[in-house]
Amino acid sequence: MLEIKNLYKTFNAGTINEKQALKNINLTLNNGDFVSVIGGNGAGKSTLLNAIAGSFKIDEGSIFLDGTDVTNMLEHERAKFLGRVFQDPMRGTAGNMQIEENLALANRRGQKRTLKWQLKQEERNFFKEQLRQLNLGLEDRLETKVGLLSGGQRQALTLLMATMKKPQLLLLDEHTAALDPKTAKIVLDLTVNLVEKNQLTTFMVTHNMKDALRYGNRLIMMNEGEIILDVSGEDKKKLTVNDLLDLFNQTGELNDSMILG
Amino acid sequence: MSIVFALNIGSLFRSFPGNIAQGMIWGIMALGLYISYKLLNFSDLTVDGSLSTGACVTVMLIIAGVPALPAVLIAFLAGCLAGCVTGILHTVLKIAPILSGILTQIALYSINLHILGNKANQALNINEYSLLLSLRNVNMAILVILAFAVVLIGILYWFFGTEIGSSIRATGNNEQMASAQGINTNHTKVIALSLSNGIVALSGGLLAQYQGYADVGLGRGAIVIGLAAIIIGSVLFENIHKKDLNFAVALSSAVVGGILYYIAIGIVLWLKLPTNDMKLFTAILVAIFLSVPHLSFKKGKGVTNARD
Ligand SMILES: Nc1ncnc2c1ncn2[C@@H]1O[C@H](COP(=O)(O)OP(=O)(O)O)[C@@H](O)[C@H]1O
Ligand SMILES: [Mg+2]
Repeated sequence: MLEIKNLYKTFNAGTINEKQALKNINLTLNNGDFVSVIGGNGAGKSTLLNAIAGSFKIDEGSIFLDGTDVTNMLEHERAKFLGRVFQDPMRGTAGNMQIEENLALANRRGQKRTLKWQLKQEERNFFKEQLRQLNLGLEDRLETKVGLLSGGQRQALTLLMATMKKPQLLLLDEHTAALDPKTAKIVLDLTVNLVEKNQLTTFMVTHNMKDALRYGNRLIMMNEGEIILDVSGEDKKKLTVNDLLDLFNQTGELNDSMILG
Repeated sequence: MSIVFALNIGSLFRSFPGNIAQGMIWGIMALGLYISYKLLNFSDLTVDGSLSTGACVTVMLIIAGVPALPAVLIAFLAGCLAGCVTGILHTVLKIAPILSGILTQIALYSINLHILGNKANQALNINEYSLLLSLRNVNMAILVILAFAVVLIGILYWFFGTEIGSSIRATGNNEQMASAQGINTNHTKVIALSLSNGIVALSGGLLAQYQGYADVGLGRGAIVIGLAAIIIGSVLFENIHKKDLNFAVALSSAVVGGILYYIAIGIVLWLKLPTNDMKLFTAILVAIFLSVPHLSFKKGKGVTNARD
């Protein structure tokens, strides 16, 4: 599904701020994998996710999505393979546009946009049906501007927009970190729900070790731009918070929020 | 004393039709600006140049024997080209929005001189050519401009409801989201800037016919007048309406804003305030209106930003 070979990325190369954010990343995700990714601040998790999404040019290596070499594809060209949810609930939706307009944009991900009038009744009905599974009552507020929704509602909507067209790969970057614990739980449950229902291959960065252990069939830990742990299946089930803390201690990357989470 | 006062009031009212006509032309200009400023969230200074371009192209074409309506439509295309250049400077060459607009604007100054045959202005005599509108017949001019405004608002309402139009709005609202949804934001920006400057040039073509000449300096400060129209209109309508404006109403508010702005100018002239201070007056007016939403926000009332 996803194949990354010898990926390198350095920011601000040749300047005093030079930062090697990814070092020789090799990673293959299988169809249906649900990977939780953890690591300290600045470990390179977001950078890896952005590299996959095509937010910047990588220095070396190659990236394949669904068998297609996307290394040189631009961000909007790769969008047809990807569903994305960001940490900041504001980033995944257009706040000045209505709920149905946002959904209509998402429903055309990867398609050529034309001069057809965007919204028709049958599509509205489809959106209502989709919104109903969020259990937030949004199905009755199709014409509400997204900017009026709470952070949790916006994140749930973004999640729906990211999954509605069944992406080959779902990229989640600490998408519950900005929410209060109760809302975070709702959004996370919804995530698992949508992933299972659509059988999506998922790459979920999280700051919460317990969540990383609880969800997904595979766990990856990153440190200083490298993948330092990659366990799946039974091995992952045996893993405990203490194991992860030990690893963190070894790398000297202990982070309070990660223990408490 | 009271007779003098009455006479003055009379002269003020007599100036209204002319102010309405001028204001509506600037309102059409504001429709173009609305696309870049409000929808794309791009402060595009190209407009100062493209307004003159529209005026110059229209006048020269009419003098060359092209009928007035096709001349204005060709002016629209010339404006599109100018906007396209700004769009390319920004998206391909990665030059900042304001600077991209300024570069095109400066370049257009020379180009506009060339269009006018290396003259700074060119008269267009209503007695020699058949024009769409002229200040000789203000009432007729108002009807013609109104027709243009209605057709344009209709077209824009349709266009920004299409898939491409929605992609432009998404780009202006949240570029990262637009990319994540597979929208080529370089394309949407170039399309929006082209359309925007096309409409601005069209208003320039109407203005040149109305006043009977084109001038390379015609568009100087146009962006501020256009902003004044947009902001006056939106502040007024939002206060009357108290909720989200329908898009067609929001567009219409820009045209009404243009009219109100020119009526305000008429009053300033009537009060015999120094006309040299007109630009100062406009700048202060726009600054006040731009800050109104933020000031009322502090008091916990309005929540809409002028740009939203
Ligand atoms: N656009 C950028 N420009 C410069 N440095 C960056 C950029 N993005 C990330 N970095 C740096 O790369 C490192 C990895 O960042 P990131 O991937 O965001 O870490 P995290 O694992 O916390 O998500 C950090 O040191 C960060 O400062
Ligand atoms: Mg991060």
